[in-house]
Amino acid sequence: MREVAIVGLGQTPVREHWESNLRDLAVTALRDAMEDAGVDTVDGVCVGNMLSGALSEQEHLGSLIVDYAGLDGVEGMKIEAACGSGAAAIRMAVKAVSSGLMDAVGVVGVEKLTEYSGKYSTAALATAADADYETTMGLSFVGINALLMRRYLYEYKLQKEDFSIFPVNAHKNAVHNPNAMFRHAITNEQYAKSKLIADPINLLDSSPIADGAAAVIVVAKENISRYKGKAVDILACEVGTDTLAIDNREDPLWLRGVERSAKKAYYVSGLSPKDINIFEAHDAFSIITALSLEASGFTEKGNAIKFAERANIGINGTFPMNTSGGLKGRGHPVGATGVYQVVEAAQQLRGTVASPIQVENNKIAMAQNIGGSGATVITTILKQI
Amino acid sequence: MDIPRYWRLKNQRYRLQGKKCLDCGNLSFPPRLVCRKCKSRNCEPYEFKGMGTLYSYTTIFQAPDRFDQMAPYMVGLIDLEEGVRITAQLTDVLPDDVQIGMKLEMVIRQIYEDGPKGPILYGYKFRPVLKF
Amino acid sequence: MSSVMKPARKVGIVGYGSYIPAYRLPATEISDLWRDGQDKLFLPVKQKSVPGKDEDTATMSIEAAKNAINRAQVDPKKIRAVWVGSESHPYAVKPTGTIVSQVLGIVPDTVSADMEFACKAGTEAMQAAFAFVGSHMADYALAIGMDTAQGRPGDALEYTAAAGGAAYIIGPAEESVAILEGSYSYITDTPDFFRRAYQHYPEHGNRFTGDPAYFKHITSAVKNLFEGLNLTADDFKYAVFHQPNTKFPQKVAKMLGFNKDQIRYGLLAPHVGNTYAGASVLGLTDILDNADAGDRVLIASFGSGAGSDAFSFVVTDKLKESVGRAPLTQQYVDRAIKINYGKYARWRKKILK
Repeated sequence: MREVAIVGLGQTPVREHWESNLRDLAVTALRDAMEDAGVDTVDGVCVGNMLSGALSEQEHLGSLIVDYAGLDGVEGMKIEAACGSGAAAIRMAVKAVSSGLMDAVGVVGVEKLTEYSGKYSTAALATAADADYETTMGLSFVGINALLMRRYLYEYKLQKEDFSIFPVNAHKNAVHNPNAMFRHAITNEQYAKSKLIADPINLLDSSPIADGAAAVIVVAKENISRYKGKAVDILACEVGTDTLAIDNREDPLWLRGVERSAKKAYYVSGLSPKDINIFEAHDAFSIITALSLEASGFTEKGNAIKFAERANIGINGTFPMNTSGGLKGRGHPVGATGVYQVVEAAQQLRGTVASPIQVENNKIAMAQNIGGSGATVITTILKQI
Repeated sequence: MDIPRYWRLKNQRYRLQGKKCLDCGNLSFPPRLVCRKCKSRNCEPYEFKGMGTLYSYTTIFQAPDRFDQMAPYMVGLIDLEEGVRITAQLTDVLPDDVQIGMKLEMVIRQIYEDGPKGPILYGYKFRPVLKF
Repeated sequence: MSSVMKPARKVGIVGYGSYIPAYRLPATEISDLWRDGQDKLFLPVKQKSVPGKDEDTATMSIEAAKNAINRAQVDPKKIRAVWVGSESHPYAVKPTGTIVSQVLGIVPDTVSADMEFACKAGTEAMQAAFAFVGSHMADYALAIGMDTAQGRPGDALEYTAAAGGAAYIIGPAEESVAILEGSYSYITDTPDFFRRAYQHYPEHGNRFTGDPAYFKHITSAVKNLFEGLNLTADDFKYAVFHQPNTKFPQKVAKMLGFNKDQIRYGLLAPHVGNTYAGASVLGLTDILDNADAGDRVLIASFGSGAGSDAFSFVVTDKLKESVGRAPLTQQYVDRAIKINYGKYARWRKKILK
């Protein structure tokens, strides 16, 4: 097996891209990453996307994007794992390169969620859950996370306001990320007064629906000198799974998919949670950030908020999190999100983000992308070279 | 109109029919072809009684398209007496009267109408146990 | 005059069950909205039951029939007929009975049909069930009268058009909690109240719905029943009549020679409104909840269009042990969550999103 690295990064701003379609977003990010890497072609393209069929009436994304990116004849396929589609696509690229089957693979995560009305997008996003037994019972995707949050508050005797630490941090960092959707800070008071979406989850617990695309070029580490872009080591990119429906889990407050994925990633990289300098968490909802911190082994069960308060998750804290705004601040173009996370973590390791959000002395970054309510989890660990 | 699904799932939606593993006795809902515990495929249909307690709940204010006419409404995770947890809407109860741990019983209600021309989907919901 | 109707073998009610939705709309809400309270001293009922936004005649029939099966302790597979009488079937074409039968595990070896005869569709279903079991074609039949009635906003009927009803397992006399003595049905073509196809709300003949319709048909059916069975009002412990409001059933009881004591149970309209096809059959469940062995009970329905079915039952000693196996009707009456006109209008699809 060969070691792998990232040599090219690309991303579009996360926005409501009324003027752009799926392919234009994807091609922009992919070609930017190729330019960054200094390549004019790749051996294959993995497209991370969840809802092109439901919201753009467009499947068969692989060949479409390869064609429009000017990569005539190159192999391309779509990878789908709900909100984990982006990192799942990276995982496929890593497999292809480390196995020796390919030398350079372009990964592009792309999503366009604003083509239809909100209610329709809400229904489409809910397809990440069990269609026969969750979604047709009226559960929305926010609703699933609300059930988890309600139980979390109950079991650990917490107040809803305790969760404000995560979105407040995310927004604070997003101010300095030009590609972020929400470049404004929020306060604890705003959080407390925010409108309920699915009780107890409010608007400021929820990452916004958005459009965007991000891309990386994955190559064999032994070949990094061939490329222009500054390389970042991929120490691990590992997948863990769990039941699709949260009711089928013995303890819904313990994300086994996260645990499995993180443990594999620590094992493969030879690292432990203590070695992680920055963490890009999948903060689609505040509750998921908490559950992810616990099941990833950063703190014990039920202790995520205390941990975050004590460790200080800000840029100058001991455990900086979601340094470019996370899903909450940057936005959550679902199938692209996992790639954005890795691009942002790689930028941190390259030292190329805006100075207010540049973490000093960081060598190891971890990004965790969660599909559905934890049924597919991809944990990626990157290292500065 | 997902009529075949409507028809196919009627024993699940009307009668909480899951599966019982004949090798290890493990119960499952939804029904599974492979037992989660012992991986046996030797399973038979099993009907749950429909009595349970509330594990968690939420009020959905922004509903998916086909549930828009019903919103806001409540959804819960219910621990059935037989030891299986399921997801269902809560009905005939006001949000202020709902508590984790409360006793619930299954009733059959409209889940949604598939527009004014389509079929009406019926299935299980849960309400506070009617004392008698 | 024709003779009273009696089946070939003795039959009766083996189990009964009721259902009333939890929600109530006070009549004052309607009065305030449409008449600035002008009629608040003359309201036909105190309040009416309103189905939840996820309820209809099928779901309500299911719960009532579950209660009836629990009281009857009959294997659902032995029920060979499911007849649902209602003027508010959820589908125009597709039987409510198949949904009820599937949910209750009665399928597939059964007949089923939806019946419609305005407010007497429930007793019509009972008549058919008595005949079916009485002819030995089956041992058990399920008859349901259930409605989620709709009144035009601002119309007099809006005060009363309510939701609820009852289900009966009809079976052999030996197993019955109340044995049928005989019945009499009386119909004429009298257009006192009707709803044309594709219309959402019914039309009615105002005061014409009284004498030539309600009173004429009920008194004719009951008097013929009395004569055929050689009985008078004095022979009955209890009686229940169709109850479109609080006044009519009390007046018709008096016309037929019943006193207030005999109608003290089953007169539910003041608290739940007019449950249409469910009204008289729901009233009967309240009587059965409270009756003793040997009591003779009269039920007379009325359906616009128009007709009346009258039945005489004698309660057996099997009743007492069966009552506690399901909720009492009074418990459903007491389970009352008050709502305002706005909620009611939305839930009943009078305003659409």
